Amino acid sequence: MTERSGLLDGDHSEAILAALRSAREQKSAVYIRAGGSKQHIIGRDCAATELDVSAHRGIVDYQPQELVIAARAGTPLSEIVTALAAENQCLPFEPPLFGGKATLGGTLACNLSGPGRPWRGSIRDMVLGVQMINGKCEQLNFGGKVMKNVAGYDVSRLQAGALGTLGVLTEISLKILPRPQKTLTLRYAMPADEAIETMNRCAGKPKPLSGAFWQDETLYLRLSGAASAVDSTALQWGGDTVENDEALWQELREQALPFFAGDEPLWRFSVQSSARLVADFGPMLIDWGGAQRWVRGDHARDQLNSAALDAGGHVSLFRGGDRESELQPPLNTAAQRLQQQLKKSFDPDGIVNPGRLYSWL
Amino acid sequence: MNTAAPSLADSNVEELRRQLRACLAPDCIIEDSESQRPYECDALTLYRDLPLAVVLPENVEQVQQVLQICHSLSVPVVARGAGTGLCAGAMPHPDGVLLSLSKLDRILDIDPLARTARVQPGVSNLSISEAVACHGLYYAPDPSSQIACSIGGNVSENSGGVHCLKYGLTVHNILALKVLTVAGEELTIGSQGLDSPGYDLMALFTGSEGLLGIVTEVTVRLLPAPEIARVVMAGFDSIDAAGDAVGAVIAAGIIPAGLEMMDRLAIQAAEDFAHAGYPREAAAILLCEMDGTHEEVDQHVDEVAQLFEQMGATSIAVSHDEAHRELLWKGRKCAFPAVGRIAPDYYCMDGTIPRGQVTYVLNEIHRLSEHYGLPVANVFHAGDGNLHPLILYDASDPLQIRRVEAFGSEILELSVRVGGCITGEHGVGVEKLGKMPSQFSAAELGQFEDIKYAFDPALNLNPGKGIPILKRCQEYRALPVRHQHD
Ligand SMILES: Cc1cc2nc3c(=O)[nH]c(=O)nc-3n(C[C@H](O)[C@H](O)[C@H](O)COP(=O)(O)OP(=O)(O)OC[C@H]3O[C@@H](n4cnc5c(N)ncnc54)[C@H](O)[C@@H]3O)c2cc1C
Repeated sequence: MTERSGLLDGDHSEAILAALRSAREQKSAVYIRAGGSKQHIIGRDCAATELDVSAHRGIVDYQPQELVIAARAGTPLSEIVTALAAENQCLPFEPPLFGGKATLGGTLACNLSGPGRPWRGSIRDMVLGVQMINGKCEQLNFGGKVMKNVAGYDVSRLQAGALGTLGVLTEISLKILPRPQKTLTLRYAMPADEAIETMNRCAGKPKPLSGAFWQDETLYLRLSGAASAVDSTALQWGGDTVENDEALWQELREQALPFFAGDEPLWRFSVQSSARLVADFGPMLIDWGGAQRWVRGDHARDQLNSAALDAGGHVSLFRGGDRESELQPPLNTAAQRLQQQLKKSFDPDGIVNPGRLYSWL
Repeated sequence: MNTAAPSLADSNVEELRRQLRACLAPDCIIEDSESQRPYECDALTLYRDLPLAVVLPENVEQVQQVLQICHSLSVPVVARGAGTGLCAGAMPHPDGVLLSLSKLDRILDIDPLARTARVQPGVSNLSISEAVACHGLYYAPDPSSQIACSIGGNVSENSGGVHCLKYGLTVHNILALKVLTVAGEELTIGSQGLDSPGYDLMALFTGSEGLLGIVTEVTVRLLPAPEIARVVMAGFDSIDAAGDAVGAVIAAGIIPAGLEMMDRLAIQAAEDFAHAGYPREAAAILLCEMDGTHEEVDQHVDEVAQLFEQMGATSIAVSHDEAHRELLWKGRKCAFPAVGRIAPDYYCMDGTIPRGQVTYVLNEIHRLSEHYGLPVANVFHAGDGNLHPLILYDASDPLQIRRVEAFGSEILELSVRVGGCITGEHGVGVEKLGKMPSQFSAAELGQFEDIKYAFDPALNLNPGKGIPILKRCQEYRALPVRHQHD
């Protein structure tokens, strides 16, 4: 399965398994690729032979009343979003669709979630089960299609952010939610410090807040839910109502705002929502009610790391820069050893996405 | 089941006790079996055993020392929170140390702006919400045992409650953990942000039943307490009708804060116990709670009450004030003890099923109930498909014990057969260990086993619980992990 052409969309798990088996026999490795939308972002560049899994796609089960959808990992998110919209439901974690190229498997592997993440959860929070083929070439099925399952370790959630280094995801089931009845966005002019404080104070109120981001000295607060609750909150909180706000949140989610343009390195801080960032790394965009902050440019890794640590979190090189260097912050020896042992428990010969997450994984 | 003779050499047992005495105060070690009795089981009293020693360390350093001692002597360690578990997860190991975290019961820090609290593992679930109430905040997961159960136990079981359809399980409501590995090494996992670098060890630790490490600190996320909550109670004359009404609420695009179902026997027991005003003659009742702003709760309460009426409800009550709401919930929250009054003992099952299967599954359970000659009361987290059949029996009758176990086992297999799982929130422990192969293939169990080795190569943390160790061919086991880090 090195190329997609000629392959019919559908169940290609046998072909994926065969490809992994042959890689294992030949002591080589594969780089798992589906839509290709994240090949050069988030993770480190991976030199291994490409394994194209994009034909392994299609929704396999969708039961609106169970609030559950299951689809093959290569399914484009846009296809899922369209199917859900027809039933007035949505993916609550608002993932970027990256021009229709983003797939379900890639999104889980990268743990990518949009502006609603602090309130309605991440893809990691919504995943109910996965089917996968690990590096030992075993077809495995964990979790399932029910909301609660505590039998065995939570291997499904472990895939979120693992960047495909534990195996090839083949099918994923997710909890989904109804679309909110109404959405409305309020805008306030204020500096970053004040915005961080305001976002956190508002998030502590029992109001239908569903998004909070700041750029260019402007704070945007999004309300969604029952129309009555949205309207009454908007009345209490004041601010200017943003026209055509859906486009704004979409541009934020898709990283299509001018802030994200160009090739300069893009750094992602994941920190305590209320933390003040002391060091100055130039223009910043603050999302997730303060918990996710973006900066651009060439900065000293040490300075970034220590600023992130002070803020209770971490920083990674999301896009651009040297993608053969470590992109994630260093771990201490004990943590690093555990991560390596965990990797080996799934992929003892290192055949899937070697070095994609850390050079030593 | 009772104390097996320790297989540790007597000299090693003496050495273990000597070293434990050196690091703990005398009243923090319990060695005689009479004083150990309160620790012989968790809330699933069918399974009991006594350890070599019960230890109650007073701080994290002592926990670490206990682990180091046990590690060096290769002695099994079983963690215990409040002992309210329902799968014999905290049952002592006869050759091991029972490590009680109950004295680590301090709330270390509350950050109202960031909406987080840092707490020790022995803190009770409810006391977190009580401590942060003055900031208008609360900790959302609310197991019915919340007065007693510890947050460390909640993390280890990934506990839920009646509000998890809307607010999620423990795994959705914690940010960071401090844990000690089996060798006593300290690790911080998670962060104050919403994710952390590398593999998501938070996901792996949550629900790991004390098999991967000892939790010594938890940072929980807090939510703003809703302005108001109201509950709609409706009676139905068939399980079918009640099941359809649940589907109708979801189809209307409403996510209730809680959505619970009880069947006739449970209704009657709860009503006799709590006098909540439940319709005793109904075949099933639903309790549907809405929370949020005043406006949306009023809107949704009207919609739900109307829906229930359309779906054939035979009676409807809407809470008119907080006291009435609490009364309507009281019956549900006391359902276990209420059922406990109508029989000498009850055995609580915990399968999860796709919601659409509820009628089929409950009918099957009633059929099995007749077959085994044991009555069943059903309490159901209908919103998320988590079923708690309570099988009534008499533990003094060995025959009934065998029947209740066989009946329980059939219910779990039934849950798996309809696309569900053997445990939604109570965990595997000792109790469901033998049922794991009905949900997982040999390769899947092998993967669990390899994960266990990655954290605990000598299998000293809570051995014999949670995941079956298959004792597969040694060569195969040696390949992935076992002997590579010795
Ligand atoms: C009446 C009643 C109602 C209940 N209702 C619910 C409910 O609604 N929802 C629900 O989910 N559960 C419920 N439970 C089950 C139980 O309360 C939960 O599983 C709870 O989380 C157990 O907490 P505990 O502190 O009592 O843990 P324990 O029973 O002491 O231990 C549970 C497991 O966790 C491990 N453990 C404990 N502390 C630690 C630690 N610090 N580090 C590592 N491992 C540790 C133990 O080894 C054991 O395997 C109920 C139980 C009862 C008796």
